[in-house]
Amino acid sequence: METDEILHLPISKIFETYPVALDFFKSFGLEYKDNEQSFLQTIEPLTDDYWELYGTNKEELISTFTDFIIGISNFTAVQKVETLEVIAGVDKSGKHEECSLFLRPGEITCIVGPTGSGKSRLLSDIEWLANTDTPTKRKVLINGKLPDDDFKNSVGGKLVAQITQNMNFVLDLNVYDFLILHAQSRFLDNPEHKVTEVIALANELCGEKFSPDTPLTFLSGGQSRALMIADVACIGQAPIVLIDEIENAGVDKKKALELLVNKEKIVLMATHDPLLILLADQRVIINNGGMSKLLFTSESERKYYHKLEELDSTIQAARQFFRMGGELSCNDD
Amino acid sequence: MNTCKLITVAGPPSSGKTSVIIKLIESIAGFKEQCGVIKFDCLSSLDEEQYTKYGITSRTGLAGNLCPDHYFVSNIEECLQWAYAKSFNYLITESAGLCNRCAPHLKDMLAVCILDNLSGINTPLKTGPMLKLADVIVVTKSDLVSQAEREVFRFKIQQVNTKAPVLFINGITGQGADKLATFIEKSKSVDDVTSLKLRFSMPSALCSYCLGETRVGSDYQIGINRKIKL
Repeated sequence: METDEILHLPISKIFETYPVALDFFKSFGLEYKDNEQSFLQTIEPLTDDYWELYGTNKEELISTFTDFIIGISNFTAVQKVETLEVIAGVDKSGKHEECSLFLRPGEITCIVGPTGSGKSRLLSDIEWLANTDTPTKRKVLINGKLPDDDFKNSVGGKLVAQITQNMNFVLDLNVYDFLILHAQSRFLDNPEHKVTEVIALANELCGEKFSPDTPLTFLSGGQSRALMIADVACIGQAPIVLIDEIENAGVDKKKALELLVNKEKIVLMATHDPLLILLADQRVIINNGGMSKLLFTSESERKYYHKLEELDSTIQAARQFFRMGGELSCNDD
Repeated sequence: MNTCKLITVAGPPSSGKTSVIIKLIESIAGFKEQCGVIKFDCLSSLDEEQYTKYGITSRTGLAGNLCPDHYFVSNIEECLQWAYAKSFNYLITESAGLCNRCAPHLKDMLAVCILDNLSGINTPLKTGPMLKLADVIVVTKSDLVSQAEREVFRFKIQQVNTKAPVLFINGITGQGADKLATFIEKSKSVDDVTSLKLRFSMPSALCSYCLGETRVGSDYQIGINRKIKL
């Protein structure tokens, strides 16, 4: 929308296009008797008392409002990331990194390395689109190009969604209402439909089901993680998803990864679980703050994966057996 | 000539202002020696010890029975003189941020507002000018909440302040603090205190209670009062 349009359109029209404009009216205590009036007409009768109370003046309020509307219309502009490259910089000792990283939507990349090896640094380089301006001197290319300032300002800090072990839902809202809020903040069409889909997907990922009216804070660890993954996949804005050590989270890990891959997310995963490492398409080894090696999952590794999977299901079955009160008799092998 | 970059940091109590400032200072090599911190508080503050522990030069100003924001603005000149005398290149002020009515932010000087991701979804709407008029907004403790809550919180912030970039900083590990440092480096400096101006006027409060009245009731109220609409 153009500034003129914003100021002269009937506010009913503005509310229709941007329902969140209502919040703006609320936070500035603006009252409107007639929806068909424009923003300028609405603020016309405001007295000095009002300006003093809100510590602003007419010109300022007008510019805040136009910024607000232009801000949210930019916010909705979707930037498609086709490829993302992290061009090698230097490690903590200033030595040149051994490899660069190439990421594409729908692919899984594992980040492997001991704690403190520099995983977070790699992520924040991606998040803020480093251009030799961070300690690692790495460069991040989006769709093969160095992103320009416009792109940086609109997506900076919004590229990476994180899901880690110590995250929890803290808001005092139920699942449905919260997801609606999230969907609305993303200006999604038909938020109710989206939210129902997310809840169904989350219930597929975790063992115990939960209903839409469960308070967020009542969810178990597994349910929370499942909901976070489903939400990031379907509602979240970030094209890149980082999953940090969720092996013990009580969710179906394989299904969770499939979901993210199907939603065309670039999946980065920090993990120590060999099953997850081998599920990935590639893995980058981080050492002393630098990317030291890039390995692609080979055919023989995929075969090995199936062996591990069998082992894993044996252990799962045993877990289930003892959990349900089973007992081994001495005749069993 | 005396010159110094002045950065005002404001935010609700316990939002992590001190931790963020410490991590910010530590994120740049050699920053510690060029930088002083002044903590403004009301009755008591233990933050100076905290700064000292990290080898950061700091002083505390306690407003006592004065409004802390008035106290801030009537002392900023002395603070800058202190920074000039110490030949600091940076002066960071940290203020208590209590009633949400005022903001210590000064025109042309980098203004940072710090909010806590655990503090509830409507905090940005309630925070007022210290958020509305800030140049950079820092959100702390976001490593403890879900991605969805982070995104909704950011969205609520952007409804109040559409222009300022929102940074998520972990006050314990310092992750993200170096991004804030890039804003500090780009900020403007001041060489003449009298050129400074508040971004937002302080409230017009001069009533009997300002002068020490303790009795309740209309009979005792003189000066500027406003009555609640029920």
